[in-house]
Amino acid sequence: MLNIMIVGVGGQGSLLASRILGSLFISEGLDVKLSEVHGMAQRGGSVVTYIRAGENIASPLIPTGECDVIISFEKIEAARYLPWLKKNGMIVVNDQKISPLSVLTGAAEYPDDILDKIEKKGVKLIAFDALGAAAEAGSERAANVALLGAASREIGFSREAWENAIRSTVKPAFVELNLNAFEIGYQHS
Amino acid sequence: MKKLMLGNEAVARGLFEAGCRFVSSYPGTPSTEITETAAEYDEIYAEWAPNEKVAAESAFGACVEGARSFTAMKHVGLNVATDLVFTASYTGVNAGFVIAVADDQGMHSSQNEQDSRHYAASAKLPMLEPSDSAECIDYVKLAYELSEEYDTPVFLRLSTRVSHSQSLVELGERTEIPVKPYVKNPAKYVMSPANAMRRHPAVEARTLRLLELANSDKINKVIRGGTKIGVIASGIAYDYAREALGDQASYLKLGMLFPLPTDLIREFAASVDKLYVIEELDPIIETHVRALGIACQGKELFSLIGEYTVTDIRAKLLGVPGDPVYAAEDVPVRPPVLCPGCPHRGLFYVLNKLKVSVSGDIGCYTLGAAAPLSAMDTTIDMGASISMLHGRIKANPASAKTTVAVIGDSTFIHSGLTGLINVAYNNSPATVIIADNSITGMTGHQPNPATGVTIKNQQTNAVNLEEAVRACGVRRVRVVDPYDTEALETILREELAAEEPSVVISRHPCALLKSVKRGKPLTIDADKCRRCRMCMRIGCPALSFETGHASIDASLCVGCGLCKSLCKFDCIG
Repeated sequence: MLNIMIVGVGGQGSLLASRILGSLFISEGLDVKLSEVHGMAQRGGSVVTYIRAGENIASPLIPTGECDVIISFEKIEAARYLPWLKKNGMIVVNDQKISPLSVLTGAAEYPDDILDKIEKKGVKLIAFDALGAAAEAGSERAANVALLGAASREIGFSREAWENAIRSTVKPAFVELNLNAFEIGYQHS
Repeated sequence: MKKLMLGNEAVARGLFEAGCRFVSSYPGTPSTEITETAAEYDEIYAEWAPNEKVAAESAFGACVEGARSFTAMKHVGLNVATDLVFTASYTGVNAGFVIAVADDQGMHSSQNEQDSRHYAASAKLPMLEPSDSAECIDYVKLAYELSEEYDTPVFLRLSTRVSHSQSLVELGERTEIPVKPYVKNPAKYVMSPANAMRRHPAVEARTLRLLELANSDKINKVIRGGTKIGVIASGIAYDYAREALGDQASYLKLGMLFPLPTDLIREFAASVDKLYVIEELDPIIETHVRALGIACQGKELFSLIGEYTVTDIRAKLLGVPGDPVYAAEDVPVRPPVLCPGCPHRGLFYVLNKLKVSVSGDIGCYTLGAAAPLSAMDTTIDMGASISMLHGRIKANPASAKTTVAVIGDSTFIHSGLTGLINVAYNNSPATVIIADNSITGMTGHQPNPATGVTIKNQQTNAVNLEEAVRACGVRRVRVVDPYDTEALETILREELAAEEPSVVISRHPCALLKSVKRGKPLTIDADKCRRCRMCMRIGCPALSFETGHASIDASLCVGCGLCKSLCKFDCIG
């Protein structure tokens, strides 16, 4: 069974990444379940998408300690979901800081060293500027696909299968952009 | 070909395939996407209604006229619709009528976590509960068959994790079900006491016939595994149990929650060493099992509160510890916030400044309760803002000068109008603020009767809020843009002082609407900033004070100018 979580801040848009993963797993003949957050948390709250692939998946949620790869759009969100990561699991994180309101107003402090702390626990970590990588590919909107590219080596499957999943998910006009973003992300892995 | 589909989309697909013709609902997380998706099928007439009661009644009308019909709501929406539901149970149906109700275990987006299964038992209506998207399609079709065969409305119970999870489905064709002829039949449909008295025995007889179905293997299934542990579960809790225990246990998976089986439970209980009931929220199945004189374990192991987890079930039934490998890092919490540019922000800033007590309501603006705006005192149910304000003023007339109600445009149409009529009719000098952002925001931008647009994005008749408010008997009606906090403050002071009912319409469209153009991000001249923190009082996610002076995140700022209007040192531009 493959367990992947995409975490971030409501409104960042993890939909495309989870659709590409879903398409990849279906084309590999796997059973797939996926759980999303709608409603109130989307207003700037912490959000999580669970994606599971394998044979006969029962629960759409990933139990703590069983996630293979956490893809995070934001630094402290990666830390928030650490208890879900399995031993030797990997975190791929967009090296971006989005302060919650308590930090903005000065009531709480943003732990700027959070990625170092995670790495010291022995977690495999890939951190890079996914927005910058996506901008290099043509648009910041492809940041989630750049993160997927960085996670793809750990998740497995052939490069062709990934590219087909991207082709079959994004609009034709955006295929090249997303393939480029994927490749730039891949270089970070 | 197999396709990944959201539970809610699968319910809509089930409606399409089952030949449903009419859908009417009011949005409510986690049920909203059912009706949004149903509206994408040309074969289905779909609409947003002003509230769940109107939606359910409209759908029931379509059913009586002879069309397979449907309504969807969240758990608390069912509280609004039950007036129809309890008596439609007596009349039965002409064509099939299905009512989907989506519970929100864990309260991801709700004000309580009531268990809708109680309603099935008390209204004596069959209730089906799918565990995944494939079952969502199958159970909708089954619900229509049962509805017509047993002459009854049928509940489809969903939950956040079924509604908002995707799993694989196989798509089928639509079965066209022609509209049945309508035949006048007052003995069935006019529920005067004499007629209702004759219908009640039909309801009880129907439940007995449904019990036979419950005891068969048509909907409730036994899945054989190890015999040491037997689990009775349904819906998402079955998925959790199945993953936690695998083939080590045997399962009685209940697809129908009312009526609950008797003989089937007895047989299953006799086939296992130890029986567990795993059900989120209330012990409804467990109480039933115990009433049959069968020993089981349920709520002494599992909580009445919130969602269950695979880890917890494994720990409790198999003794497998569920300690995570990596402990959580202590990081600041990230609750939802009003978006940058949200028009409600200016309103709550002024309410906070005026130090008034705010009788609040349900919607995005409930987020105005959070610091630093902290401008909401109560949030209970749809429409309660106005009615509760009326009660507060009658209990303590002096409070009229220091208390306001805040209600959104969609919520006002849903259940605020009747409260406002009470304010006018029984004459409390209340100040009611309609936070009109021209959309139903929290549930994801559904149009409502005040927007003049239908679910299919077509122009239609619109409620004119000013005229509606006047027609309720309110003479003082003011309209103001909450981006203009000075004007808003002046108007609120005047209306709080007024000795008669007044309505202030705080009108500015939601900043997330596609039709609303994002302004140029503002910047702060750090040299001019006197660190007074005035701009931090509005709780905007685009503003921060982390660098020792105010600064603006250009990727978030939409240039609404609220902070600029508050800055006394002219350093924002």
